[in-house]
Amino acid sequence: MSDQIESKEELNSYKVKSKKRFNSSGFELKEVYIPGDWNGDYDSKLGMPGEYPFTRGIHKDMYRGKLWTMRMFSGFGTPEDTNKRLKLLLSHGETGLSIAFDMPTLYAFDADSKRSKGEVGKCGVNVSSLKDMEIIFDGIPLDKVSTSMTINAPASILTAMYAVVGEKNGVPKEKLSGTVQADILKEYIAQKEWIYPPEAHMRIIRDMMVYCTRNMPKWNYISISGYHIREAGASAVQELAFTLADGFEYVKLGIDNGLDVDEFAPRLSFFFNSSINFFEEIAKFRAARRIWAREMKETFGAKKQRSMMLRFHTQTSGYTLTWQQPLNNIVRTTVEAMAGVLGGTQSLHTNSFDEAWALPSEEAVEVALRTQQILADETGIADVIDPLGGSYYVEYLTDRIEEEAYKYFRTIDSMGGVIPAIKNGYIQREIAATSYSHQKKVESGDIKVVGVNEYAKEDEKPINILKIDLNAERIQRKRLREVRASRDRRAVEKSLERLREVYSGDENSMEAVIDAVRNYATIEEIANVGREVFGGWKEPTIL
Amino acid sequence: MEGANNTMSRKIRVLVAKPALDGHDRGVLMLAKALRDAGMEVLYAGLLPTPENVARIAVDEDVDVVALSLHNSAHLTAFPQVKKYLEKMGAGDIQVVGGGIIPPEDRKKLEKMGITGNFGPGTPLEEIIEHIRNVAKKKWESS
Repeated sequence: MSDQIESKEELNSYKVKSKKRFNSSGFELKEVYIPGDWNGDYDSKLGMPGEYPFTRGIHKDMYRGKLWTMRMFSGFGTPEDTNKRLKLLLSHGETGLSIAFDMPTLYAFDADSKRSKGEVGKCGVNVSSLKDMEIIFDGIPLDKVSTSMTINAPASILTAMYAVVGEKNGVPKEKLSGTVQADILKEYIAQKEWIYPPEAHMRIIRDMMVYCTRNMPKWNYISISGYHIREAGASAVQELAFTLADGFEYVKLGIDNGLDVDEFAPRLSFFFNSSINFFEEIAKFRAARRIWAREMKETFGAKKQRSMMLRFHTQTSGYTLTWQQPLNNIVRTTVEAMAGVLGGTQSLHTNSFDEAWALPSEEAVEVALRTQQILADETGIADVIDPLGGSYYVEYLTDRIEEEAYKYFRTIDSMGGVIPAIKNGYIQREIAATSYSHQKKVESGDIKVVGVNEYAKEDEKPINILKIDLNAERIQRKRLREVRASRDRRAVEKSLERLREVYSGDENSMEAVIDAVRNYATIEEIANVGREVFGGWKEPTIL
Repeated sequence: MEGANNTMSRKIRVLVAKPALDGHDRGVLMLAKALRDAGMEVLYAGLLPTPENVARIAVDEDVDVVALSLHNSAHLTAFPQVKKYLEKMGAGDIQVVGGGIIPPEDRKKLEKMGITGNFGPGTPLEEIIEHIRNVAKKKWESS
């Protein structure tokens, strides 16, 4: 750069260039990164793809061997609506189903509960009893598909329902393949969909881990999720640190309950957000793999390579989508999806451009899926593994994100672990503070959002959005009445009584939940046993 | 803007709440902080209150405004219920302001039911603060 400022134009451009730059994690960025900015040892810090510490990717051949899975999350209305949608997806060649549940199901309230009014089938499909799951999976070959269910607090109940549906269709639970999210720690941190206090939920997760490790070998019982933590306002570093810290808690839980780490660690997978700061996101994914591999090996004594590999699903950021000028969201989603692919994701969900308005329309979902297909088939970004590896900037960022994550691990450890750090509100407050300071920067114009605080238009034209059938609630209430009328009431009561006994003690609760489900006990009836035994949960003061 | 409070005899009291099964609290926490920074007294109803709980807290705490936020499509059911319970409790003068993922056509329906604001994603905090000041003033002038 010349020392002399030659002209007014140059002065202006110099001023712009010399302005300080920060990423979401608050790192002040240099203008250019040069060899001295990264002096890492190739073999120990990066290594080859498919080799420890997996910084460059978990597979030797990455996308040449198998492209990422384009897994689009869907689910709405009645079980019949969702069954129809799933069959349509299967007829298009999808083998990975991903199901969204409505709020009553996520909080374990029945469709006819007072609390469910106005919410049945709105944000996903409603499941009140086994009957609904039978309808959702009617005619779907459960031995051939894998099903991902985004369910947390009642994950053991939905797992039990899936097992019983399989059993009724002649597919034994050993052959059922799929994932439940079941990451309750991030619920207390971010998404806030819990039923009981943390200890009770952790005990139920333990029951599911132990039971499924032994009886459902193809069932992934936890998807450790940073997505919601990021959406709640966290920075990239905070997302990474809090998610991995949650992951370590689940590993400890398994080990403390007598499981061999190599027996269950390969079942754990992750779910991250890909937000708009392109290089920061790529570095985050790379740092995530390296930290997980190291901790699994050195702290938890894993021996198998598979236990050290961090596999993850990515979803583009819902938060970065704007209500204003919605078509611009296609571009945002594309950039975020690229970061996920360049970061080595195993599967990807791309958001639809209309999601700041409502659940996505079919047209918008199609564009979102096409975005992935264009990236995969036209751009060449999947041809070479970890193409940004060795970039001075990306390697610097990867190391720095890792260092900052360890600072959070130490703080959380000093509080006694994730649960105490949730109970004292520390993690939630950290996120709320980042979120508020981000918003203030948006309002002051320090952070620019096209169409919102610059290039805004006076009149926004409305777009066509998905209309949800308002009959779902009525249909679900009616079905539930029929289920209640036709089931063996004594069998229901007996199985709930047995569950109460199990919940009150310490034995594994999965068999009891499966029995209750098989007898058509409803999701709320089952959860009510837990509500009585464990009580509810009130969040600490965050504000 | 700064002087607005000085002309009023007391601080505006606001209850912020999510009156349904909805844990997406990024917006509501941010709003609460912003209202507090703007000099208002802010109460937060915590997560998962029923519309009746929200109205009860609003009455007990003698607030001027209830600011509701939902991201789960239940706004057409839950917001009017809060209003209905407020009226039932003889507190129909407490102003109900809405926000969240609210499609434009729902905005009109909510306005008709006396719920104002109904701010969508990306609304500047300043705009919401200003609106809350205005409706609080309206309440004071009418009482």
